[in-house]
Amino acid sequence: MNARLAAAWALLPEYLGWHVLLSASALLLGVAISLPLAVAASRSARLRWPVLAGASLIQTIPSLALLALFYPVLLAVSALSLRLVGRGFPALGFLPSLLALTLYSMLPILRNGAAAILGVDRAIREAADGVGMTPRQSLFQVELPLAAPVIMAGVRTAAVWTIGAATLSTPVGQTSLGNYIFAGLQTENWVFVLFGCAASAALALIADQLLGLVEAGARKRSRGLTLAGLAGLAVGVALALLPLASFGKPGSYVIGAKNFSEQYILADLMAQRLQAEGASVQRKEDLGSAVAYRALAAGEIDAYVDYSGTLWTNVLQRADNPGRKPVLDQLTAELKRRDGVVVLGSLGFENAYAFVMRPDRAAALHIASIADLAREAPHLTLGSDLEFLSRPEWKAVQAAYGLAFKTQRSYQPTFMYRALTGGEADVISAFSSDGRIAADHLVVVSDPKAAIQPYDAVVLISPKRAQDARLLAALKPMIGKVSVEAMREANLSVDRDQRKATPAEAATALRKRLGL
Amino acid sequence: MAGAIELTGIEKRYGGHVALAGVSLAVQPGEFTALVGGSGSGKTTLLKTINGLVTPDAGEVRVQGEGAADQPPHLLRRKIGYVFQEIGLFPHLSVAENIAITPKLLGWAPDRIGPRVAALLELVALPSEVAGRAPSELSGGQRQRVGVARALAAEPKIMLMDEPFGALDPLTRDQLGADYRGLHERLGLTTLMVTHDMAEAVLLADRIVVLSAGRIVADGRPAELLAKTTDPEVRALLEAPKRQADRLRAKLGEAP
Repeated sequence: MNARLAAAWALLPEYLGWHVLLSASALLLGVAISLPLAVAASRSARLRWPVLAGASLIQTIPSLALLALFYPVLLAVSALSLRLVGRGFPALGFLPSLLALTLYSMLPILRNGAAAILGVDRAIREAADGVGMTPRQSLFQVELPLAAPVIMAGVRTAAVWTIGAATLSTPVGQTSLGNYIFAGLQTENWVFVLFGCAASAALALIADQLLGLVEAGARKRSRGLTLAGLAGLAVGVALALLPLASFGKPGSYVIGAKNFSEQYILADLMAQRLQAEGASVQRKEDLGSAVAYRALAAGEIDAYVDYSGTLWTNVLQRADNPGRKPVLDQLTAELKRRDGVVVLGSLGFENAYAFVMRPDRAAALHIASIADLAREAPHLTLGSDLEFLSRPEWKAVQAAYGLAFKTQRSYQPTFMYRALTGGEADVISAFSSDGRIAADHLVVVSDPKAAIQPYDAVVLISPKRAQDARLLAALKPMIGKVSVEAMREANLSVDRDQRKATPAEAATALRKRLGL
Repeated sequence: MAGAIELTGIEKRYGGHVALAGVSLAVQPGEFTALVGGSGSGKTTLLKTINGLVTPDAGEVRVQGEGAADQPPHLLRRKIGYVFQEIGLFPHLSVAENIAITPKLLGWAPDRIGPRVAALLELVALPSEVAGRAPSELSGGQRQRVGVARALAAEPKIMLMDEPFGALDPLTRDQLGADYRGLHERLGLTTLMVTHDMAEAVLLADRIVVLSAGRIVADGRPAELLAKTTDPEVRALLEAPKRQADRLRAKLGEAP
């Protein structure tokens, strides 16, 4: 427990720095856009409705989806700008997070701003006209100062929302306090999850209190209070950003990982080997499946581990299954030709989708193959991970065996196993390298028609690092070295309930076991 | 000599409602004129056409010989004092800052504004220590005194007042009315005051203009107005304060 807490503390300066940088920038940008819009909305009834309705509409989009949507949009814009002006920009990480959070912060500022300006007493507006103010002087000398406390209350709400929602920028590749939560959820490291929640809550509370000071200053017309609040905010932001100054040096390698334990472990393994060569390494974790490949092709990450079947169906849009070796060979040739991506080679194990059941249940229903499963499926519940049901593999299996379940439920991978052992699901879409299959003595249902594509774990290198000697030297020795048993054991050490290892510890153990 | 305020054929409509149906009126410099009429008679609308708070649909407004439509409204308003019933002091500014607002807008030097604020507080009979206070710390009467001081700050020759003392208690109202009349004399102002209180109009004004349904129905000195008007409604309006005084005397008995 103490070791995990220490690990969490050690990551805090980096995570907090990014979280503060991201939320403060989004809030500032949000205020800069929302305030003029609020003024315009208060001046024109015709503008008021569409502006406020638009902001409300954005608020109804789940914040995680809003963040995710900006990635493809930015990717398209970046490609366009590359074609038009010869320069692209990163579509992953800070920019999509900043834009989504900015949009997200606007509603309370807009709504409070317009209401506050409209709420200024009619007699006071008339007096402002009567003493000879221009509309602009009336706005800046009378209406805005009087509306300031209510506007500040809106900024406070926006700050709390933004800081909370910023934890969701982790899956689009932006480091934040959300890294604790996402990584913790995957590896059932509850210390990390709670630490991330507590840190983000504490940050939101502190920001809220300091902004509250500014609001009180505006309400009581006390310049001292306002300045104290602003100074507190400035000092806080500056302190939080200090650790970032030494971070992200150019020339460092960026290793990507999707959102499950095996990916964290392999990313750590690659990072450790690079660091052993004296390179500095950054991590982008918890990337979505499609996001990870596109980020690599765009050069935003330098290397990560993907699976041949995933690339075969998602990237090459293939539904057929010519066999393990042909898939790997065609992938290597096609990805190089299409995107310049280097398939360095297979690590030596497969992490395929596999239908897995509890042994007692499989025996009772006489299920050994997917064909048997298809017979009983109308009475059974399938538990799957969040993406399986929308993947082509699922359609291929359905087509090959005529599989149709009574109920289908989606879970985070960790909870999927819980659902199986707890009986809420009869069969789950597991991963063949998962340590929990052996640990829980689960039965893998066979696939006689070979409907599910091979899923060899392969190391991918971005086009711009294709000739990078140090990267190749660090990663090449891993090829063909990782057995499925070794990987299962490493996965289990992170996923199990007792004596849990961190992904970094598991990576170290794996590296030593394999002599890397 | 040109009049201080000249209104010619002013018309104003709000949707289907006619607020002003062709009003012409000339006010001479130094005159204290009361605009009287029931609610909806158009007296406030007429007053606001003079400083551009209301733009007439037709007709011409001239202030001190200049067409009101020929200049930006905010520049016109800086030359005209404006006092209204709700007062409209700026709650985020101190009393002194409220009074100094128009001189500041006109770009007066600070060393001219300071003494001016002090002089105005004295002029409206407020103690100098209220200068630093917030408007919310003052009584209603004190607030309207600040309102008058603010209107006078940039040394306008013309004052427009819309029911200025309407919300005050009778004693304060009487005192403030008399004090203002004194200021009008001392500063040589031209004052146009809207009121629905005929007694106040008779006591303060040199001239009474009666409006009804957007038209002027009577215009003259209080005494001659009563003598010459034939309109029964105007007559009733003019006789009201006299009847009230008689009834009061009967109820309270003759004063010793």
